[in-house]
Amino acid sequence: MATPLNHSATADVVMRANALFEDLSFTSAREWKAAKSDRKVIGYMPIYVPREIIHAAGMLPLGIVGGGDQLEVIHGDAYYQSYICRIPRSTIELGVSGRLDFVDGMLFPSICDVIRNLSGMWKLMFPRVYSRYFDVPQNYRDDIGGNFYINELAEFRHDLGELRGKPITDDELRHSIAVYNENRRLVCDLYAFRAERPWQAPAAEVYLVVRAGLVLPVEEHSRMLRDYLAAARAEERPMRDNCRIVLTGMFCEQPPLNLIKSLELSGCYVVDDDLLLVTRWLTGGVEIEGDPLQNLSFAFLHHSESTAAKYEPNQKEKGQHLVRAVKRTAAEGVIFAAPSFCDPALLERPMLQRVLKQAGIPYIAFKYAENSGQMQPIREQAGTFADSIKLWSGAA
Amino acid sequence: MTTPTKFVTSRAPAKEVIKDASMVKQKEMMAAHYDRLTSAPETGDKVAATFVPGNLNELIMCFDLLNNLPEVNAIQNGLRRVSGSYVLEAEKIGHSEDVCTYVKSDIGMMAKGNIAPNGRKFPDPDVLLLSYTGCFTFMKWFELLREQYKCETIMLHTPYMGDGKITKNMIEYMVKQLKDEVIPALERVSEVKFDIDRLREYLKKSAKAEDDLVRVLQSAKAKPSPIDAYFGGIYYIGPIFGAFRGTQDAIDYYRFLREEVEDRLAKGQGPVTPDGDMGKEKYRLVVEGPPNYTSFRQFWKMFYDEGAVVVASSYTKVGGVYDFGFRHDPDKPLETLAEYCLGVYTNRNLPMRIDMLVNYVNEYEADGLLINSIKSCNSFSAGQLLMMREVEKRTGKPAAFVESDLVDPRYFSAANIKNRLESYFQMIDQKRAGADAAA
Repeated sequence: MATPLNHSATADVVMRANALFEDLSFTSAREWKAAKSDRKVIGYMPIYVPREIIHAAGMLPLGIVGGGDQLEVIHGDAYYQSYICRIPRSTIELGVSGRLDFVDGMLFPSICDVIRNLSGMWKLMFPRVYSRYFDVPQNYRDDIGGNFYINELAEFRHDLGELRGKPITDDELRHSIAVYNENRRLVCDLYAFRAERPWQAPAAEVYLVVRAGLVLPVEEHSRMLRDYLAAARAEERPMRDNCRIVLTGMFCEQPPLNLIKSLELSGCYVVDDDLLLVTRWLTGGVEIEGDPLQNLSFAFLHHSESTAAKYEPNQKEKGQHLVRAVKRTAAEGVIFAAPSFCDPALLERPMLQRVLKQAGIPYIAFKYAENSGQMQPIREQAGTFADSIKLWSGAA
Repeated sequence: MTTPTKFVTSRAPAKEVIKDASMVKQKEMMAAHYDRLTSAPETGDKVAATFVPGNLNELIMCFDLLNNLPEVNAIQNGLRRVSGSYVLEAEKIGHSEDVCTYVKSDIGMMAKGNIAPNGRKFPDPDVLLLSYTGCFTFMKWFELLREQYKCETIMLHTPYMGDGKITKNMIEYMVKQLKDEVIPALERVSEVKFDIDRLREYLKKSAKAEDDLVRVLQSAKAKPSPIDAYFGGIYYIGPIFGAFRGTQDAIDYYRFLREEVEDRLAKGQGPVTPDGDMGKEKYRLVVEGPPNYTSFRQFWKMFYDEGAVVVASSYTKVGGVYDFGFRHDPDKPLETLAEYCLGVYTNRNLPMRIDMLVNYVNEYEADGLLINSIKSCNSFSAGQLLMMREVEKRTGKPAAFVESDLVDPRYFSAANIKNRLESYFQMIDQKRAGADAAA
């Protein structure tokens, strides 16, 4: 990482998280797998999969969110036209270049047509790998969408049981739900702490620490979150005269780390975002007692994040999650940052902007790609936005 | 009946456009439907907006609702060359240049008065039936329309065939949505009680028309093919993918069309093009992907000028795949609607789509595959380069790739496409010459 770090407890955690972030060979996941002969790794793409089921099978859920700005895409570009976003091509690159050769399965969640079609490409290109399009209901009634989802979860549970050679028990699932409840609570604590004292938990650090959860075993990640939170609380850092913004649209293809840093350098504290939603998709704890699949389904239907990949059945609710996020975090504005050619984020944007306008919340918008290199325009745009908020927000 | 008719178009006064009698009939049907739609405020008819893939026309008719399809409106605007200004209008009010141009054409049309092809204003829909099948954009599209029309929106979620099969869970999920949500909401909006026997009657009619459509599409196995299954095929699918499936009008149209095509077949004739009979069939192609509509005739001409006929296409399966045996089944009315939605082309996973194209190349004895990749349609376009390679590998036939857009004229580069096509035809010639030399 380019930013010089002090030798503090915070820096130690961030340094470890950064090393995991930069490692495009997934060494830590490889080492985890190599430690025992029967271990398996299941990759998954954004936005959400129930990692509890993978964990319950004794397998490592591995988040694959593209190749970032350090991966040279050579083969991947041959599979996609110029008008398709970058994440599928860098993911193909990871696969074709052998960086995912230790992965035993891949999940492609229902998020957009590009990731959907990538699921079929994976079946053709890597026929020996278990690969599954992970469908979720767009109907949120327990007796309709819920039943469908429970059956989908049961099929997935069955498949992973086959893969390990032993069915997954309810008790294993309950244990995994508890472990992930703890992890989600810690991620939410970290987000709450950042919203309260964003100068103590810079956005780039929070991003790296949360992102480590995509490659580490969940228990280890929870330790990392605890360590970071304790260190960040203890370490006094200077508060800048920044405005507070919510960042939205980054739920799939990831921005370059420099982009996140640039926002803060240009005068915007990020107090909430939709990065790496899988770590906090379910907004509360999942019930542990009772039927575990039913509990996961109930949480998905009734306590999950709002995002562009979900249908909002109630027009009045459309975009209100963003208004609530602004109020909850005392944010002063919203930055829409969407990957180029991202259908969900870009189709959603005008609707959300109208809601913000009605609520009197200022916003700006720009696009990026995971390999965007030129930050100056974004820095200027975000800097002007921050200045305008500081100069004019009190005048209203 | 089979004598091609000459028309003079308003935009090209010097050029006569030749159409089959069936094309004339189709055009009359579409015009009559637009008249019905735009007369709704006077007649009191209620209107359901819905999409072509997963179009539940039989169900919609059970509630005396008129079907309005925004993609078809965008196509009409493309053919009439007004979509470009609508797309720009939508971009001006904040829609990204990166997203689906059907959506932007629709939004732009609304912003500019919502005028139908007959020059009259479209009625506001009474209900948006969001049949979410095979395309993510549909969901956002109707959320956008809901903002404008503030009417009831009904979601019918069709799961994707990710593993290449229809499962019991998928059917049960869809039937439950139909029973518990879609039908009660349609009853509420229309104030018409649902009658399952009425639905059965419509489904029976659908199946009859589907039989004839398949006979027409499969006539292209003959040499020469009596039809162009892409450019001509788009005329053929209009009624059944739109507001006519399940009607006597559709049965009559497809019987008429079948007889017309059988007549051409018996006479050994090729397809009718806008410039008249095509002449000698030199190349037989399978085409994947939608066409460009803003330069539709120019695009078609690039084919027939070279003696190239499209013998099968995936786009003509986007509103229903019938040529592998599926028919609407009146004996299981709700399940059959679910199966229909699940089976549309873009709801099939990539390996299934490749299998279909390979089957077409082989069954229709095509010279190869051409992909028209659409800039703003990820549902079709993502993965097409791999599809191209797979089809080439499995059939041993050459494939080619051109790029354009649905209804955005900025992305139709005639010179580039023509150049690619000419090279492709040369490639086919060389391949043939090589095969002849080896024989």
